Amino acid sequence: MEFRLYLLQRISALIMVPLVLGHIAVMIYAVQDGLSTDEILSRTRGSVFWAVFYGTFVVAVAIHAAIGLRTITREWLGVTGVTLDGFAAATCFGLLAMGMNAVAAVTLAP
Amino acid sequence: MSGTDGIGTINVSVWRGGPEGGAYQQFDVPRHESQTVLDTVAWIQQEADPTLSYRFACRVGMCGSCAMMVNGVPRWTCRTHVDKVLHDDRMEIAPLRNLPVIKDLAANMDPFFDKWVKAGGVFEGTDTRQDGFAPVVHESADRAEADAGIECINCAVCYASCDTVAGDPNFLGPAALNRAWTLVNDAKDASRDRVLDAVSASGGCHSCHSMGNCQQYCPNGLSPLSAIAGLKRATVRRAFRGR
Repeated sequence: MEFRLYLLQRISALIMVPLVLGHIAVMIYAVQDGLSTDEILSRTRGSVFWAVFYGTFVVAVAIHAAIGLRTITREWLGVTGVTLDGFAAATCFGLLAMGMNAVAAVTLAP
Repeated sequence: MSGTDGIGTINVSVWRGGPEGGAYQQFDVPRHESQTVLDTVAWIQQEADPTLSYRFACRVGMCGSCAMMVNGVPRWTCRTHVDKVLHDDRMEIAPLRNLPVIKDLAANMDPFFDKWVKAGGVFEGTDTRQDGFAPVVHESADRAEADAGIECINCAVCYASCDTVAGDPNFLGPAALNRAWTLVNDAKDASRDRVLDAVSASGGCHSCHSMGNCQQYCPNGLSPLSAIAGLKRATVRRAFRGR
């Protein structure tokens, strides 16, 4: 299981690399003429592209962060077994729920 | 206790105690030219307190028996000159970190060597004694990888320096994984898949955070860090090939 988690964390990192670069590039582009809620929502609302872009981002982050926090929790706090895996799963689903909620809020058509 | 027949005096703090705990005891040791840390420990045991326990054998950096913590850093004490480690003529010596203490400066090496076996470190030949000598191609890339790691003297300096071992006692540690990597690259060893399975289990090579303490402190200049990176690559490649 540890090896599979290791693989999952590396693959999720690989997925995040182009998404992070894309996110930063759009941020730089978007702030050129000032930044407003309307300006952002006009670009993202109803856009399948941005829904998939940030939806994928959220899934990768939830997996990557949960595995990383699981390792830190085991090594620093000595937590093991079901408690450790339960914590990791809760972290993953918590990040997924919050992230998907945010993605839906900015990409679904009003 | 003190001695004054040298070119000065070293104040040595030596950890004394057992598995239940202990404390540092001070000794004044005569200083000499070209004196090693092990020389000072031997002087204390022979001249000041014969009840001091420590471990050594060859005294020339071959056997890997005499490693201790010197001023908080793991070192092979027989090849570490006192001049290199003294601070204001003081020095602190303790048993190796990350291992249980038997008594005073003697650490229990059982967990260290148990992990060599757990990492699949037992050689498994491809031929029988009826077969001829297996050819070893020294120019091959695999042999170069194996050669880079085979000078390990099992001193456990890397194991004592490893913060991942400190945080996760289940982690196999740099030396055992370095041994596993030499076997993976050994043309005469038949257990490549068995070794890769062993290092992929919980506490295996994927737990390493690549901090590099092992490489920094290895007295023989080996790089268990590179060996572990090699194991990670080999296991991932194998996984993508469907194994």
